[in-house]
Amino acid sequence: MNAEAVLKRAEALRLSSRLLSHGKERAIEALLLFAALSSVAITVGIVGVLVYESIGFFRQVSLLDFLTDRQWTPLFSEPHYGILSLVSGTVVTTAVALAVAIPMGSLIAIYLSEYASRSIREIVKPALELLSAVPTVVYGYFALLFVTPVLQTLWPELPGFNMLSAGLVIGIMIVPYVSSVSEDSMRAVPVHLREGAFALGATRMQTALRVVFPSALSGITAAYVLGISRAIGETMVVAIAAGMQPTLTWNPLEPAATMTAYIVQVSLGDLPHGSVGYQTIFATGLTLLLMTLVFNIAGHVLKKRYRQVY
Amino acid sequence: MFLKKDIVKSIDRDPLRRQIAKRQLRDRLFALAGLGVMAAALLVLLALLGQLAFDGIGRVSWQFLTAYPSRFASQAGILSAWVGTVLVMFLTALTAVPLGLGAAIYLEEYAPKNWLTDLIEINITNLAGVPSIVYGLMALGLLVYEFHLGQSFLTAGLTLAMLILPMVIIATREAIRAVPPQIREAAYALGATKWQTVRDHVVPYSMGGILTGMILALSRAVGETAPLITVGALSFIAFLPHPPLSSEFPFFSFQWLFDPFTVMPIQMFNWISRPQEEFHVNAAAAGVILLLMTLAMNALAITIRARFRRRIHW
Repeated sequence: MNAEAVLKRAEALRLSSRLLSHGKERAIEALLLFAALSSVAITVGIVGVLVYESIGFFRQVSLLDFLTDRQWTPLFSEPHYGILSLVSGTVVTTAVALAVAIPMGSLIAIYLSEYASRSIREIVKPALELLSAVPTVVYGYFALLFVTPVLQTLWPELPGFNMLSAGLVIGIMIVPYVSSVSEDSMRAVPVHLREGAFALGATRMQTALRVVFPSALSGITAAYVLGISRAIGETMVVAIAAGMQPTLTWNPLEPAATMTAYIVQVSLGDLPHGSVGYQTIFATGLTLLLMTLVFNIAGHVLKKRYRQVY
Repeated sequence: MFLKKDIVKSIDRDPLRRQIAKRQLRDRLFALAGLGVMAAALLVLLALLGQLAFDGIGRVSWQFLTAYPSRFASQAGILSAWVGTVLVMFLTALTAVPLGLGAAIYLEEYAPKNWLTDLIEINITNLAGVPSIVYGLMALGLLVYEFHLGQSFLTAGLTLAMLILPMVIIATREAIRAVPPQIREAAYALGATKWQTVRDHVVPYSMGGILTGMILALSRAVGETAPLITVGALSFIAFLPHPPLSSEFPFFSFQWLFDPFTVMPIQMFNWISRPQEEFHVNAAAAGVILLLMTLAMNALAITIRARFRRRIHW
């Protein structure tokens, strides 16, 4: 009788502790979900702030002026709001950067994946990763005080601030992004495809360029897109080395401000919260975000199109 | 007769041989080009490090580390900058590490396959591609002006935490995914609950990868400049924030969270943008220290990765 009561009691206790631990499990799961949702909250915050402040901006400036005016002088007494002057700076520096990073990154990736011995790869890969670990402000220093003077010895009339040296340095900076993702996807191409090519008498170069590269195109596109969005969003190098003057020019030898450099320039000053000048940086930021988004979506589509199933 | 046959042979073979030789030559040139480009990239890295060290290392001294910025380049130092970097990194890690770890555990171990999970996943990949300055704009509009946190340490730490959160989540997920499912099944078979399995097995076994990812993400945050300029870092701070610990009751204070801040890369940027050459030397010296900080973090990450890789065999 007594023993039965004890047993019953123990059973009840076990049940309640089980219930308790069940409750704890659910609470932990809810906490973890909350952590995961914080990333969504960040996106909502970004889009919300940019759109909200941009709406304030476009209440006072027409979208047509924003897109077609050829001058960007929002802080002058006679303001102009032509975003093209900033977009041109971003496009030129990005183009110069890609002209460096895509050939260099692709060649390095092909060499590392198809030619290099294991020991070379083990040394070179961490060294390249170091390139992406260097803070961007240090790259800015390098562009302004090393690359520009070197270029000026070749080209004496080059101004102290110019988009060329900023673009070149950004190019070097994104080489490791392009090369490491491309190399990973090229190494994922099955060996029997290469062996097939070798059996037909192809050289390594022919195999690399005509078999491995096309098969890995999906991953290589992703690498290029990653590089492009890094180059578009790069701020410190252009703010330091390309100048802060918004100019509508497609000549990389001239100084010009990019969208990111403009945001930095305004932030360094002290614009009153809520003024049109303050809102311009959000309109610029929204344009920047939309540009990177377009490239990311394009990259996603291309990546799907080129996906190979072995 | 004999002669003619030989001629025929040579006519037939030589173009083929030549063709092969040409292709092999091209192959070798191509390999050489790859090697050359790789060497060029590494040379640029060397030039960058060399230039910075050459310009700045002579300026690094005890005085430089313990002095406040000044109008006189030779008296200026980075005390407020490095203290700022340490405090901001502390806040960033304090926010990004638990959130990132929690999000990664949820997505790898708990998340059901539904639209919400898909949304979170797509969102994280897209966030990783957002330019860092956009995070700064968001923090300016939201943290500084909407939540009234001011242009403070707290704002700076939270901004960088949001910036590296996607990186932390992606790295942690990869580390957790490397733990084989048999481990989890074994734990369940012994009656462990899901959380017990995660806490006692999955997380400890993937600790190497998790730590590596977090340190690398933090080393990115150390060098981040643009978003902090946007939220209003000051580049001339000649005082330290309120001390977090004190000798009087209640022995700690959170006043420092709301103090104005500066960090190493901001200080360096400020010195670069001055026209005087003496300040460029200061910039280089600050760059040397900044680079040492990030390199030390990278080296630590690599060591941890190597150590854990050696210890764990599935």
